[in-house]
Amino acid sequence: MSSSQPGTSTQAGARNDTAFAPMGARRLLALGGIGLILVGMLVGDMFAVFVLHQNAAKVGASLTAAAHAAVAGDSKSVLASFQTVGGFLENRGTKVDTHVHMIAFGYLALMLAILQPWAAFSEATKKRLAWIFLFGAWLLPVGVFLIHYVGLAYSPLEAIGWASIAADFGGLLVMVASVACLLGLGKWFQQKENQRLRDDLLDDHSPAGRILLAGGLTLVLLGFFHGAYYAAVDLYKHEAMDFSLLSQMTAGAVANDMGMVDSALGQYGQLGGEKAVNIAAHAHAIEFGLLAILLAFFQPYVRLQEAWKRRWAWVLLFGSLLLPVCVLLELNYGLLAGGIADVGGLLVVIALVAMWIGIVRYTGEIDATTTNAGGTP
Amino acid sequence: MVTARKLLILGGIASALLGMGYGMWYAIFLEHQELGSIGGSLAAGFSAAAERHPVEADAALKQYKELKYAYDRHVDVHGHWIGLAMLLILLGIAMDRVEFSERIKLFLAAGALLGSLLFPLGVLFQTFSHGSAPRGLAVVGSALVIASVAGFTLGFARERKSS
Repeated sequence: MSSSQPGTSTQAGARNDTAFAPMGARRLLALGGIGLILVGMLVGDMFAVFVLHQNAAKVGASLTAAAHAAVAGDSKSVLASFQTVGGFLENRGTKVDTHVHMIAFGYLALMLAILQPWAAFSEATKKRLAWIFLFGAWLLPVGVFLIHYVGLAYSPLEAIGWASIAADFGGLLVMVASVACLLGLGKWFQQKENQRLRDDLLDDHSPAGRILLAGGLTLVLLGFFHGAYYAAVDLYKHEAMDFSLLSQMTAGAVANDMGMVDSALGQYGQLGGEKAVNIAAHAHAIEFGLLAILLAFFQPYVRLQEAWKRRWAWVLLFGSLLLPVCVLLELNYGLLAGGIADVGGLLVVIALVAMWIGIVRYTGEIDATTTNAGGTP
Repeated sequence: MVTARKLLILGGIASALLGMGYGMWYAIFLEHQELGSIGGSLAAGFSAAAERHPVEADAALKQYKELKYAYDRHVDVHGHWIGLAMLLILLGIAMDRVEFSERIKLFLAAGALLGSLLFPLGVLFQTFSHGSAPRGLAVVGSALVIASVAGFTLGFARERKSS
C-alpha cells in the first residue's frame, strides 16, 4: 500500500479540493454518513409517531392481561400474555436498534471521512475500505430491522436467525474497515512531520463552524450532566421500584386483590415512561452534540452563503436542544411536549438536508472543474 | 512522542473497536439467551402467582431482577464505550483549536481517555458485584470524562478569544 495520495496538497494554506474527488473515499463517507444519519432519523421519527406509543399501549395491555389472568388463577393465559409481550418488545427493540445503529454508523462514517487524509493508504485502498464500511453500515441496521419479521425461519442455529446473522456480518465489516483505518492512522503518526500530507479542512475557522463546535460541546456537556444526575438520583430508585411493583402485582394476584394489582400496573406504566424519557433525553442531547461537532468540520464543504450557513447551524442547534428538553417535559405535558419534541427532530433533519445539499453543490463544482480540465471524472 | 491528538484519536478508535467487539460478542453469545431468560422468569413469576405459590413467584421475580440488572448494564457498556470513543476522536481532530500548552492538552486527553475506559468498565463490573467498588469506578470514570470535556471546552473558548 502506498502512502502517497494523488492530488493532495503538501503546501500549507492551499485548498485541497482533490481530497473530495468524485467517488473519492472522503466524499463517499461524508455523503454516505449524512445519508445514514438522515435515514436513521427518519426511521426514528416514523417509529416515534407510528409505532412507539401504540406498541407501549399493547405491551401495557398484555401485561395487564397477564396480571388479571394471574388473579383469576389462569396460568395458561398468563404464559400466552407474556408470549405476546415478548413479541411486542422484540418489535420495539429491533426498531430502536435500527434507528440507533444507523445514526451511530453515520457518525462514524463522518469521522472516518475527516480522518481520510491521515490514513496512510493509497486512494484506491481507502475507497475500497469506504465501500466495505458503508456496505456493513447499511447491512447491520437492515438485518436488525428484519429480525422481527424473519425470525428463525430456515435458520441453522437454535436462537439466531438469518437476519441476525446478516446483521452480525454487517457489524464485522464495519469493524474490519475501522481496524484498517486505525492501522492507516498508526502508519501516518509514524511518518516524519515533513512527509505528512496536510489537510486544509481542519484549518477552517468560519463562524458557522464555531457556532456548531461550541453549541455541540455545550449539548454534550448538558447530556453528561443530565446522565450523571439521573444515575445518581433516579436509576437505582427506578430499578428498585420496577421489582417492587412487579412483586406487588404477584402478591395481589396471590391474595386475589384486583385493586392492588391495578394500582401496581398503573404505577408500573408511569415508571416505564419516566425511565424512557430520561434515557431518551440523555442520549439525544449527546448524539445531537456529536453531530453538531462533526458538521462543524464539514462547513468548508457546504457551498451556501455564509449567512445561510450560520442560520442552518442555529436551526440545527435549536432543534437539538428542543427535542431532549421537550422529551423530558412529556411527563408533565404529555402529547403537547411530545409534539414539540418531534418538531425539534424535524428541525434537525431540515438543517441536515440543507447542509447535505450544500455539500452536493460543492462537489458538483469540483466535478465540473475536473471535467473542464480534462481530468479523470 | 505521544501527543494529545495521537492519544485521543488512536485511543478513541481502539475504544470504539473494543465497544464494537464487546457488542458483537454479547449479541452472539449472550443477548438472545439473556432476553429469553428475562421473559421466562417474569412469566414464571406470574404463573406461580396464578397457581398461588407466593414463594416461587418471589424467587422467579428475584431472578428477573438480577437478569434485567445485568442486561441493562451490558447494553449500557456497549453504547457508552462507543459513544465516548466517538467523542474522543472528535476532540483529537479538533485539538489544534484548543488554546492550551501541549502539556495541559496531554493531561486533559489522558483524563478523557482514562475516564472513557473506566466508566464503562465500572458499569460492566456491576454485573459481577453489586458492591460499592464498581459503582465508585463508574463515578470516577464519568467525573474524569466530564472534567476533561469541560477543560477542552474552556480551551476552545480561549481559541475563540485569541483569534
